[in-house]
This record gives sequence, C-alpha cells and structure tokens, in this order.
Amino acid sequence: MKLTVWTYEGPPHVGAMRVATAMKGLHYVLHAPQGDTYADLLFTMIERRNHRPPVSYTTFQARDLGADTANLFKTALHDAFDRFQPQAMIVGSSCTAELIQDDPEGMAATLDLGIPVIPLDLPSYQRKENFGSDETFYQIVKAIARPMERTAHVSANLIGPVGLGFRHRDDITEVTALLEEMGISVNVVAPMNATPADIARMGAAHFNVLMYPEHAETAARWMEKTLGQPYTKTVPIGVGATRDFIAEVAGIAGVEPKADDARLRMPWYSQSVDSTYLTGKRVFLFGDATHVKAMARVARDEMGFEVVGLGCYNREFARDIRKLAKEFGVEALISDDYLEVEQTIEALAPEMILGTQMERHIGKRLGIPCAVISAPVHVQDFPARYSPQMGWEGANVIFDTLVHPLVMGLEEHLLHMFREDFEFHDDAGASHHGGAAKARAIEAEPDADQEAAAAAAPAEGEIVWLSAAEKELKKIPFFVRGKAKRNTEKFALEKGVHEISVETLYEAKAHYAR
Amino acid sequence: MTGFAPAPPAAGCRNAPVLKERGQREVFCGLTGIIWLHRKMQDAFFLVVGSRTCAHLLQSAAGVMIFAEPRFGTAILEEKDLAGLADANTELDREVDRLLARRPDIKQLFLVGSCPSEVIKLDLHRAAERLTERHAPHVRVMNYSGSGIETTFTEGEDACLATMVPTLPATDERQLLMVGALPDVVEDQALSLLGAMGVKPVRCLPAHRAAETPGVGPNTVVALTQPFLNETAAHLERRGARILSAPFPFGEEGTTAWLWAVAQEFGVSPDTFERVTEAPRARARKAVAAAAETLDGKSIFFFPDSQLEIPLARFLTRECGMRAVEVGAPFINKQIVGPDLDLLAEGPVIAEGQDVDLQLDRCRAARPDLTVCGLGLANPLEAQGLTTKWAIELVFTPVHFYEQAGDLAGLFARPVRRRAILAGLEGAA
Repeated sequence: MKLTVWTYEGPPHVGAMRVATAMKGLHYVLHAPQGDTYADLLFTMIERRNHRPPVSYTTFQARDLGADTANLFKTALHDAFDRFQPQAMIVGSSCTAELIQDDPEGMAATLDLGIPVIPLDLPSYQRKENFGSDETFYQIVKAIARPMERTAHVSANLIGPVGLGFRHRDDITEVTALLEEMGISVNVVAPMNATPADIARMGAAHFNVLMYPEHAETAARWMEKTLGQPYTKTVPIGVGATRDFIAEVAGIAGVEPKADDARLRMPWYSQSVDSTYLTGKRVFLFGDATHVKAMARVARDEMGFEVVGLGCYNREFARDIRKLAKEFGVEALISDDYLEVEQTIEALAPEMILGTQMERHIGKRLGIPCAVISAPVHVQDFPARYSPQMGWEGANVIFDTLVHPLVMGLEEHLLHMFREDFEFHDDAGASHHGGAAKARAIEAEPDADQEAAAAAAPAEGEIVWLSAAEKELKKIPFFVRGKAKRNTEKFALEKGVHEISVETLYEAKAHYAR
Repeated sequence: MTGFAPAPPAAGCRNAPVLKERGQREVFCGLTGIIWLHRKMQDAFFLVVGSRTCAHLLQSAAGVMIFAEPRFGTAILEEKDLAGLADANTELDREVDRLLARRPDIKQLFLVGSCPSEVIKLDLHRAAERLTERHAPHVRVMNYSGSGIETTFTEGEDACLATMVPTLPATDERQLLMVGALPDVVEDQALSLLGAMGVKPVRCLPAHRAAETPGVGPNTVVALTQPFLNETAAHLERRGARILSAPFPFGEEGTTAWLWAVAQEFGVSPDTFERVTEAPRARARKAVAAAAETLDGKSIFFFPDSQLEIPLARFLTRECGMRAVEVGAPFINKQIVGPDLDLLAEGPVIAEGQDVDLQLDRCRAARPDLTVCGLGLANPLEAQGLTTKWAIELVFTPVHFYEQAGDLAGLFARPVRRRAILAGLEGAA
C-alpha cells in the first residue's frame, strides 16, 4: 500500500480509453463498476471533446456480484455492437473487474460478432496509464495490420498521438508539413482519427514516424519486425532535434533532407540581445520522458539555460532518463511521488521549472516561475489556438512559452536600476497581477531589530549575517536574493566563516560568478 | 395546515409510476463525497483504501483543490497487498501510523472503502476498531464505504454520516438536529433564522470538529437539509430520534415549508414565524423573479446524479415557471422526498436508476430547453444543440435557504441566457 494524493498517471484502462477516444469506428467495452465513468469527463472537459468517448461500461453494482457480472458484460458488448456498429472493438477489465476474474476475452469470443474483438490485458495493480495506451495500440495494430504492398509514392505513418495528449493535435499538422516538404506523404496517422480500416492499411507505408514513444513504441517495434517498416528515433521537438529528425527521415526514406524553415523565428529570438539575460538561468525539468529529453536539449543548447536537474514519472523510460542526466552531469529523479519532486525542487532552488501541471503548482507554492512541457495537463493546455511543440512552429511556441514566465531582459534591467526606488520594491507586487501597489514608507526602517538579532549569541555551527551584510543583501533583486543568500552561506561554511560581512558576500559572489 | 404550507397541485407525483431502469450508469461513486465533506469536518482525514483509479477519480473531481495539502488521500493497493490479506492489514496500519505522525491535527480518521477493497473483502470495520485502540484517545478511526458498487455520488455523504450515528453520545435533551453538510454561510443563515424563532438548542451533523459532535436520543427531532440521507435517517430513527417530514429548503417556498415544519414542531407561533421570515421571503422572491424571466415556460430534463433532482424540479417548476419533462434520480426514497413529490405537479416522467443510452434517446427526442446532467454528457449534448447545466455544481455551490434562492435560479438561467447571447456564433465551428 502506498499513500497517494496526486498521481501523474491514471490506471492503465484510462490509457486504453485514450487510444479508443482518439480513434473512430472503434468501441471499447470496459468491465467496470458504477462510477468508473468519471474518466469520460477528462475527454469531454479537459480536451473539450464534443462527443462521448466511445466507451461502454458494464457498471456492475454490489447486487450483481456473483454470476451476474459475466452476463452484464455480454449484454453490454451486444448492446454496444448493435448501437454503435463499430468496425472493431476492444474489451477489457478495470481494476475492480480484474479482481472478480470474469473473462472478457472468452466471453467476447462466444458472442462471435463478426468483427475483430481485441482483448486487452492491463494489469491495474502493476502498471499505469501510459503502459495502457502503448499496450492497447500495440494489440490493435497486431490484430489488424498486415504486410502489404508499399505505396508507389514514399509515405509514412505517424504513430503515437492519442486522446488527452499534450499538443498532439497540432504536432500532427507540423510533422505532416515537415514530411511534405521532403515529398513524403502521410499514409495513416494513428491512433488519432484512425479507423480500424486505416490500421489495416498501415502496412503500405515505407516507414513509421514514432511521434511519442510513450504511446506507440511497442507497436513501432512490432511493425518493424513484422511489416518491415523502420521507425524514427528522433522526436522533433526543438530546432536541433527537428534538423536531426529531417536528416534521419531523409536517410530512411532515401530523399533529400529539404526543409523550409522560413517561418522559424526561434533562433534569432534566442540570439537577440534581449535574450542575453536568459544565459545560465538554472532550470529543473520534470515530466514524461519524451518531453523531458527533448526540452533538456532545447533548454541547454537553444535557450542557453543551465539544466540543474531532470527527471520523469514514467519508469518505463528510467534508463533513458538516467543516461540523459549523466550527459548533463546532474542527478536523475525517477519518481511518481510529487512530494519527492517538490523536495528535489526545493533543494535545487532553480530559477525556473519546466514540468507538468503538478510542477506548476509546486512552482506557485515556492515562488518559482514554471512552464508546462508535458502531460498531465489541465484544460488551459488544450488551447484553441495553434500551438504545436514539434517542428519549426513548435520551436517558436516553445520560445514564447519558456520566456513568458521569466522576467525579460529589459524588465530585469529596469528592476536593477530602480530597485531602491520607493515606488518600486519587493512588496509592490507585479504590475500584471492586479491589486493595489503600496509605496514604500519613506522613513528609513529602524535597524534596531537587526542589531538585536545580531547581538544574540550564535549557536554552534550557525551562521550570522552582520547587519551591514544583511542590508547589502537586501539590495539584491528579490528574485535572485534567495540564491545569493544560500550561495553565500554555503561559501561561508566551506571557508569555516561564521559571520558574514559585506566582504564575505562579495567574495561568494565572485566565487560563484559565471 | 396553515398559510405557511405551500398549496399542492391538484395531482402531485407521489403516486406517479416510477420508470425503473438498469443498465449503464453515467454517475460518480460515493468517494466524491469526500471532496466537500473534508471541507466541512475540519479535523477529519479521509483515507480511501483503493486502487490508482480511486486516486485518479479524486484528483479529477477535486480539480485544483488537491494542491492545498487536502485532508484526504488514497492508500493504493499494490500487487503484494492482493496476494495475502494479513499483509494488507499490516500495510494499512503502517500507512495510518505515518499519516497520523505527519498530521497531528487530525482527530477523526475515516477509512473509506472502495470497489477493490470491498471485492477483496478487506475488513475495514475491524481495521477501524483496531486503529482506534491503537491511537486512542487522540484519534477516532471510523469506516464507511464510498465504493461505486454500493454508493452513487452523494450517497457517500450518507454512508459517512450514517457510520457516525451509532457513535454519537446519548442524550435526552429536547433538541433540533440539522443533518447534512451545508456550506458554512448557509448553515449560519439557517441557525440564525431558527434562533430568531426561538427554536433551541439546534445542533448540526456533521459538526465542524470532533469536539462539537452532537448527541442523539428519543427527544431529538431531525430536520434533514439534503434529500440523500436515507441511511443516516434510518440510523437516527434507530437511536430514537424522529425525522421531520418537509420539502427540502430550496427556493423561497421550499425554505418556508421546511422552516414551518420545524416551527410547528417547536411551537413557534404564526406571528413569530411571520415576523422572522417576512423580509427574507420577500428578498428571495425578488431574487428568484429576476432569473425566472429567463426560465419561464422552458422545459427541463434531469439525468440522475445526486438525488437533489426531485426537490430542484419542484423549485424550478413552481417558482420559476419551468416544465419538467423527465426527472431522473439515482435512488428515490418516497418517505424522504414525498413532500417534494406532492408539490411537483403531475406530468414529468419520474425515473429511478439509469440506462444511459436509452435515456439519451429520450432526451434527444424531447429536445428540452435545459438538460441537467454530468460533465461526461454536458459538452456532447451541447454539441448536439441542447443547452445543459452541469449537475455537480449544485452540490458544491451554496444553494439552500432564502439568501441563495436567487443564486440557485441563476445557475439554471445562466446557460439559457448564454445560448441566446452566442446565437450569432452558430455555424462558426
């Protein structure tokens, strides 16, 4: 048993729902108790879908437990088939149905509906949502896709986009454009918007673009082995990764690596002088492995940040993330416990967090700016506007997303210039947060408190700030003051100094200068 | 009956045939009750013993609230807990010890059963007894089931309160016990009105803190503020208390009828009643009238959700001029919602339980002006051109008694007004 408040991932049957909801002409019959339909609202509310997820639940209740639940399942399967007339169905159990051990596979087989009915085995007490989507898509592809003649024209399948995916909708458009520029057409996009009939013709593509390894890597491997289709290993998030992706695709497809990056503004924006202040901003990354991997590279090589820590919640990719952390010379955090993530962030004290919805709230609590780079996300990260993460426009979007929470160069310069101004100080509040700003009291603050504090005898091993140093510390802008204080204390401890003077403060500053 | 009891229609719905359906149900389980209960009971912690699905449900239903270090959580069952039951008890004890060590402010701990814990027959009742001994006298550990197989949405609150009733101290005091978790602002208004009439003492279940837990006994008179408290009412009767029969306090009329039932029981004179309620009644009527302009003559369809449907249909038809097409409830206890059924004019289909696809067929055929339903159905129905009001808001928002009557009507009028305002957008998508 493990005490949990927040979960980064839902149970595996939610992953299966993400595949089913992404597709068309497919219906999912889920053996589940009354109440499990709560997951519908993730799709209708967060993703704002205008139709019910194609999922029928048996919704058994206590009085049904016993022989009746199996009949309920058969009835639900039959009713769903009659009502929705799907081309194929998937069937499986939620966590509770797993315990009562009805056999969806066997029961579905006895009904003989004349369409493929694909059983799913999703171990709810061991695995989670992403496993559920990866396994479901793999089972569907394995059951329906077959080797066939390749299209005359070079074509690719885009695999991995699912329901509730972070920016999956717009990434498809962007990647399709990248391929088109090289003269490669898209054969099938799956699961998003694909029908079982589309899955059946996936074998016609020359290769697969694996957009999101979390949701389609197992299927990609199977198609490589069984259908002879290689798949791309680079996820085109960021300028460098997009260029690598184009080179990789060109190699696989045997075409020219052509790219029309006329719309790409991110490199110039990042090079422009106003971005100089981004140099060395200390960032912490957390999310699903794919987005963390891609964004770590963007953060370091394209934004000029310093990556001070990174991690992921999906342990399926723990090895990849450990390797990446090693390259970056930081510790990897593989955890699905948000309290552990919070502790790590507190300890590292980054200037910015790139994370999920949870990190956004951790950032809010700790007063650290945060940009969302990965699922799980909330409704505001299913925007109406076009906002991919992949490709050229994705890079533009990422630049804006990463910069907005930070104080931009000019603004930061002004903060320095006017920090002693009575109208502009720590407690005035940010101009865009509303609320009335309070002017600082004109009279000098009495120093009595500080002197009293300094006069108190320091305990063993404790560090005391002399009042002049403390005053000097207050001149440092509030958004870097915490770091300056910690660095100075760390420096003092290392030097065995117990009283921090103005001198110590500036020695520490020189020591940590970069 | 005197002038303060509303006049029933020529024929009400008490004896109307009830359409009972079984099939797929698009409803929440009782675990969801935790989300408002923990706000009300300030020294209680709700520990669900369940699966990742349960944790995910609480997270989805709690929205942003989950970040405020809430007083609820899930002990997620893992593979190894399913292998041997003895082990699960040890694991639970360890998790509870850790939790209580971290949260010394907790005085009441509820072990909340879920579908998985019920199906593997994890004995949470014995666990609660064992843990109560272990953590006495500081913490009392209780248990109830909020599982989907046994409870629907608000029935979780019922199960929680019902499990507390046998533990309430005995008292012979003549008292009014107001039962049902109301938002604080609403509870205060109710207490103030009752106080002004001279009804006392009045106690509340649930109380804000364990130390304020009310007693119960043969001289206790119970006024339910929520229609879904069936088990709690039965347990209170078993302790000798008497349940007042009254419509639920929604709208001016419902609130007056509810207060009048209490007033009669406690011998409040009509003059006093008139003096205390005159001004708030006028305010409530005025506030409702503003929203009723939008709602008058419109038809309404209720999908089952919270058991509030029948009293709300009564309010909307009688005070806002709406016409009910179908009133679905997950469970109907005629003893408790009888007074509301009496006041609801015959006509609508009264439905208990659900087969969601068949009910959707009926709803689409009827094309009501407003459909009250859950969030899983709301956007899909809007996309089909139907105007919806999502039901869960009615449980979280202060809607009871006089001062909220206008807000309550406003909750239903807003989507109708919005559709009219946005009419020019049609066809844009």
